[in-house]
Amino acid sequence: MSGTPFIKAENLCFSYSIAEDGGLRRELPVIKNVSFEIGRGDFVAILGHNGSGKSTLAKLLNLILTPTSGKIYIDGRDITDPAITEDDIFEIRRKIGMVFQNPDNQLVATVVEEDVAFGPENLGIPPEEIRRRVNEALAIVGMSAYARHSPHQLSGGQKQRVAIAGIIAMLPECIVFDESTSMLDPSGRKEVMNTIVSLNRDRGITVLHITHNMDEAVLADRVIVINDGEIFLDGTPREVFSHVGELQSVGLDVPQVTELLYELSVDGIKMPDGSPLPRGVLSEEEGAEILRALL
Amino acid sequence: MLKDITLGQFFPGDSPLHKLDPRTKLILTTVYIILVFVARGAPGFAVILLFTLAMIAASKIPAKIILRGLRPLVFIITFTAIINLFWTKGENLLFRLGFIEIYSEGVLYAVLMVLRVVLLLLGSSVLLTYTTSPIALTDGLEQLLSPLKKLRVPVHEFAMMMTIALRFIPTLIEETDKIMNAQKARGVDFSSGGIIRRAKALIPILIPLFVSAFRRADELAIAMECRCYRGGEGRTRMKVLKLSYRDLVASVIFVFFTAAVIAANVFIPWLSV
Ligand SMILES: Nc1ncnc2c1ncn2[C@@H]1O[C@H](COP(=O)(O)OP(=O)(O)OP(=O)(O)O)[C@@H](O)[C@H]1O
Ligand SMILES: [Mg+2]
Repeated sequence: MSGTPFIKAENLCFSYSIAEDGGLRRELPVIKNVSFEIGRGDFVAILGHNGSGKSTLAKLLNLILTPTSGKIYIDGRDITDPAITEDDIFEIRRKIGMVFQNPDNQLVATVVEEDVAFGPENLGIPPEEIRRRVNEALAIVGMSAYARHSPHQLSGGQKQRVAIAGIIAMLPECIVFDESTSMLDPSGRKEVMNTIVSLNRDRGITVLHITHNMDEAVLADRVIVINDGEIFLDGTPREVFSHVGELQSVGLDVPQVTELLYELSVDGIKMPDGSPLPRGVLSEEEGAEILRALL
Repeated sequence: MLKDITLGQFFPGDSPLHKLDPRTKLILTTVYIILVFVARGAPGFAVILLFTLAMIAASKIPAKIILRGLRPLVFIITFTAIINLFWTKGENLLFRLGFIEIYSEGVLYAVLMVLRVVLLLLGSSVLLTYTTSPIALTDGLEQLLSPLKKLRVPVHEFAMMMTIALRFIPTLIEETDKIMNAQKARGVDFSSGGIIRRAKALIPILIPLFVSAFRRADELAIAMECRCYRGGEGRTRMKVLKLSYRDLVASVIFVFFTAAVIAANVFIPWLSV
């Protein structure tokens, strides 16, 4: 990570204003004084139980919601500056694409390729260039063969890949996936996860992956745990998942191997040479290795 | 069951009619409809009938499908025929039974009126709805009506609404199916009882359907904003509608067709109505 971070949040706060009986409004603080930096090309997983503010945080990053206070810099540019123009906002939304949970509710057109073209069309790009980008985006997500299908003929995983293609065609620098795998069956999850990982590894796209699935979080370079609108833990998957007790206290699971070794060490089991069991073990191979040494 | 409902009547194919630009087809259909109303004498109708049959042949749509499209009109056709048959007074009495009098003019009126209704439906469906996909139709309408934008008519917004409706109809139908099955599993009976009972049985379907449709609309709006949607201003299209030599040929054919109908009206208005 060198130079300015791609995303930088400083003392970010956000409250929803909720209408109550009698015309009164009540402020519901959801994001509370959050600061973080995300480098270009990073793959960050964001964990947190339901209602902890993950989606809200994502929507602040591309100005679907405006922060109550605090600053957000994208690529060094202050997007919370009141002087920001509408064109700037659309440029930020182009740079930071978003893929949501329900694949059905983000596809606009009745034909796959027309849907992928929707974003570039909004950007006012010339037709030949849109055609080129659409073909390329569909090839990247492996959906070229379905270009002329209608979305309702596709499986959940395929629809989600079309949604991703629709974002890729806008040439984003970062994509936020807001629980984009949570409505899919295991094979759909795998398709989409493979696509996400390869976008990050092969194309250098910065990825923020909001998820409840620990096995997906393990794939990231960094895990941020959000609890009740605040950053609770932040580090590599190994560091974060070594805090098994803390994670469980905020209602999160850890991968099964991690939990098994944690429970063993809580029960006072040590390595044969007397050293404590390693913490934050993530891969099943590594876990099996340790268990073999114990037996 | 519900899934079998098809959208519009589009019948995919690659006939010359399918390949015409949707804008051309919209304009030519309008011309066709006007001609059907303008035609007065039997020769005029004959010209239109022949032309329509030629269009059906060119569209390569099976006659069975075309006839099926006429079925919903049987009532209107019968009604038109009866009204014209019994209520037209003329000089040439053919038949009298009590107060019912049928004149030869009545028979002629009935035949031509029925022909008019049938031609309207056949022509517009073969020229437009059977051979144009709903998306092409929407695009064509948006482009044709775009001059109205200057008068602040929200043409783009209407076209977008149509596209989204077309996109979500299958999704909502599927969802209705699911909800119905869920309610059936709980013992709700949709198929017996009087009208009121059946209507009441629909409430537990409609409410979840509406709730979900609003949630979908909300999520879709956010997704569209994230994809930089800001209305029709400054927006380009991947597929630009382009007129080809076919559209020119079709228009020339229509000029001759129009001339033939008008000539028949003026010079040989036999058996006029
Ligand atoms: N539009 C809204 N108006 C008012 N309150 C809202 C709105 N959206 C979310 N909230 C509230 O804000 C809090 C955080 O919601 P958010 O959707 O950001 O959580 P989340 O971490 O994404 O949860 P989940 O895992 O369920 O998606 C919740 O308490 C929620 O009820
Ligand atoms: Mg959420």
